[in-house]
Amino acid sequence: MQIELNVLLFELALTCYFLATIAGLFEIFRGKKTTSRLAIYLSVIGFAFHTANIIIRYIEGGHIPVTNMHEATSFFSWCVLILFFFHEFRYKLGLLSSFIMPIVFILMFSASIFPREIKVLSPVLQSYWFGIHVVLAFLGDAAFAMACGIGIMYLIQERFVKSKNLGGLFQKLPSLQALDDINYHLITLGFPLLTFAMITGVIWANSAWGTYWRWDPKEVWSLITWLIYALVIHLRLTLGWRGKKAAILSIVGFVIVIFAFFGVTFILKGRHIFM
Amino acid sequence: MNILIVGLNHNTAPVEIREKVAFDGPMLEEAMNILKESRVVKENIILSTCNRVEIYASVSDIDAGIENIKDFISGFHQVNRDLLDNSLYIHKGKEAVKHMFRVASSLDSMVVGEPQILGQLKDAFDAAMKNRTTGVYLNKLMRKSVSVAKRIRTETKISENAVSISFAAVELAKKIFDDLSTKAFMLMGAGEMGELAARHLINNGVKDVYFTNRTEARAEEFAAEFKGKAVPFETFVDELVHTDIVICSTGARHYTLLKDQVRRTMKSRKQKPMFIIDIAVPRNVDPEIGKLDNVYLYTVDDLNQIVDSNKQERAKEAEKAEGIVVEEIGSFVKWTKSLSATPTIIALRNRAEEIRKTELEKTLAKLGPMEEKQIRSIENLTSLIVNKLIHFPTSALKSENENKEQMLDIVQQLFKLEIESDNNDKT
Repeated sequence: MQIELNVLLFELALTCYFLATIAGLFEIFRGKKTTSRLAIYLSVIGFAFHTANIIIRYIEGGHIPVTNMHEATSFFSWCVLILFFFHEFRYKLGLLSSFIMPIVFILMFSASIFPREIKVLSPVLQSYWFGIHVVLAFLGDAAFAMACGIGIMYLIQERFVKSKNLGGLFQKLPSLQALDDINYHLITLGFPLLTFAMITGVIWANSAWGTYWRWDPKEVWSLITWLIYALVIHLRLTLGWRGKKAAILSIVGFVIVIFAFFGVTFILKGRHIFM
Repeated sequence: MNILIVGLNHNTAPVEIREKVAFDGPMLEEAMNILKESRVVKENIILSTCNRVEIYASVSDIDAGIENIKDFISGFHQVNRDLLDNSLYIHKGKEAVKHMFRVASSLDSMVVGEPQILGQLKDAFDAAMKNRTTGVYLNKLMRKSVSVAKRIRTETKISENAVSISFAAVELAKKIFDDLSTKAFMLMGAGEMGELAARHLINNGVKDVYFTNRTEARAEEFAAEFKGKAVPFETFVDELVHTDIVICSTGARHYTLLKDQVRRTMKSRKQKPMFIIDIAVPRNVDPEIGKLDNVYLYTVDDLNQIVDSNKQERAKEAEKAEGIVVEEIGSFVKWTKSLSATPTIIALRNRAEEIRKTELEKTLAKLGPMEEKQIRSIENLTSLIVNKLIHFPTSALKSENENKEQMLDIVQQLFKLEIESDNNDKT
C-alpha cells in the first residue's frame, strides 16, 4: 500500500501534537520537571509538518483545503497554533502550551477520523469570497479557542488565589490580570473576525445562490455565536463582567463554537455541509 | 600558603559587639591597607555587613596569622582581646573554603537564601582589588565563591518565594495584578507591619499611595514621608473606587471595612479586582468580603502560613545547596594543591633547558660545520633525554601526595632551584 505524502505529513503532525500535549500535561501534574519547553519544540515541529500537509493539499485541490470535515478541522487546529505561537512568544505566559496543545490535539485527532480524499470545489462555490470567508471564520474560531484555554487557566489560578493554596502550579501560572487581559484581547480579536466572516459569507451566498440569508442551521448557529460574544463584550463594558464570569463565558462561547462546527454538520444538515 | 578566615556574625556576637568591630565606609579600605603591611598576612579582604564582620586572608603561617589578625582587630577598634576571643570564629584551609562558599551562597545568613550577601561580598572584593590587597589565592577563592553561589541559585530554589509577610504580600499582589505600576494602594491605620508592607509596595512601583488614619496627623505624616495622599478617615470608602490594594492595620476593636461598602465599591469600579490585606488583630475586615467576586482577602494568619511553608521549602533547598558546596570544595582544594607545585615544576624545566642549551652550543661549536639535518638530530636527541629525565619528577610533583611540601623542598634543593617564597603575584 502506498502512503501519500500529505497523509504521512498529517500523521507526523498529529504525533508531534500528541507528544506536545503529553509534555504539557506532564508539567501540570508532575510539577517538578519543566517539560513546557519540550512541548513548545514539539508543537513547532508538528506545525512544520502540518503546514507542509496544508500546502500540498492546497496545490492539489487548487483552493484553501477546507472543503471536507477532515480538512476543515485540520485547518482549524492550524489556525489555533498560529495564535498560540504568537501569544507564546509575545507574552511568554507560563503553562500556556499545557492548556492550548490539548485543544489543538483534540481537533487534529477528530480530523484524523474523517475521510481524507481531496474534493474539487463545486463551480457554484468558486469565488475569491470563499478564501476570505473561510480564513476569517477559522481565525475567529481559533481566537475563541485560545480564549477558552486561557479562561480555563484563569479559573484554575483564581481558585488558587481564593483558596490561598499557593503551590507550585500557582507559581507557574500567569497572573490573574494577565490572563484576564489576554482573554479579553482574544475575544475582541475573534469577534470582528467572526463579524467579517459573516458579512463575506452573506455576500458570497448571494453571488452563489442568489440569496443573502436562508436561515440555514449553520447560519443560525453562527448568529448565535456572534450574539454570545457580543454579549460577553457588552457585559464586560457595562457591568464589569470580567475575571471569573468572563472566563466562564469564554468557555461557554467556545462550546457553542464547537457545536456550530461539528454539531450542525452532523445533526442539523445544511448547505455548509462539507461532504 | 594557607587560607584563613577570622570573623564573627549574628550567631556568635550580639549587635553591641558587631557594631564595635564593623569597618564602615572609608574605614574598610584603610583597614585592608594596614593589614596588607603584615609580614604573615599575604592577602586580605574584609567583609563588613550589619550581620557579620569577616577577614579573609592567605597567610604564610596559620597560628601567627590568627594572632596577627586578632591583634589587628582589637588594635584597630580598641576592643578588649578577651571580648573578641569569645565571639570570633576561625576557619582554616578546607573549612575556610567551605565557610566562604556558604557565606556567598547565603547558607550562613540569618535568613537563608537572602541574596544581598553576594553583592556585599563582591563590593568587598572590588575594594580589595582596588587597593591591591589580594593575590592569586583569594582572587581565585572569591571568584569561585561567586560562581558557586550562582550555581546554587540556579540549581536550587533557595532564594525563591518570600519569607517575610510584607514580601509575601507583594508577591501575591504581582500574581493578581501582574504590573503594579498602574495600581493604587491604600494603607488604613499605622502599625509597623503596615508601614513595612507599604514600603515594599512603593519600592515595587505602585502608582498612587493613599493613607488614612483616625488621627489625621498620622496620615499626613505618612503621606509626607512616602509622597502619597492623606485621606480623611470618614470618607476613605470613597477613595476605594480608585484603590486596588488595601492594607488594614488599624487598632479598631470592630470591623472598619464592611461587606456592603466593598460590594458597592466593586460595582462602581466595574469589578476591577481588589486585593485586601488585613494585618490587624483583632481583624478589621469582615471575612465575608473574601467571598465577593474579584475580591481577594488575606489575613495576617494566611500570610504567616505562606511564609512558613516557604521557609520549609527553603530549608529543603538548603540541603541540596550544602551538597553542591561539598562538591565544589573538592575542585578548589585540588587547584590550590596543584598551584603550589607549579612554580617548582617551571623552575625545574627552566633549569634543565638552560643546561641543555649551553651544553648543546658548546658541542656544536666543537664539531664545526655540519649539515642542517645533523644539527636537528643532535638537538632532538638532547631534548628527548632532558624531557625523559624530568618527566618522572614532574609527574610526581603534579600528583596528589601527602608529603607534597617535603617533596617540593627536596626537588628545589637537589636542583638548586630558586622559588619565590610566596605566590604574591598580583594577577
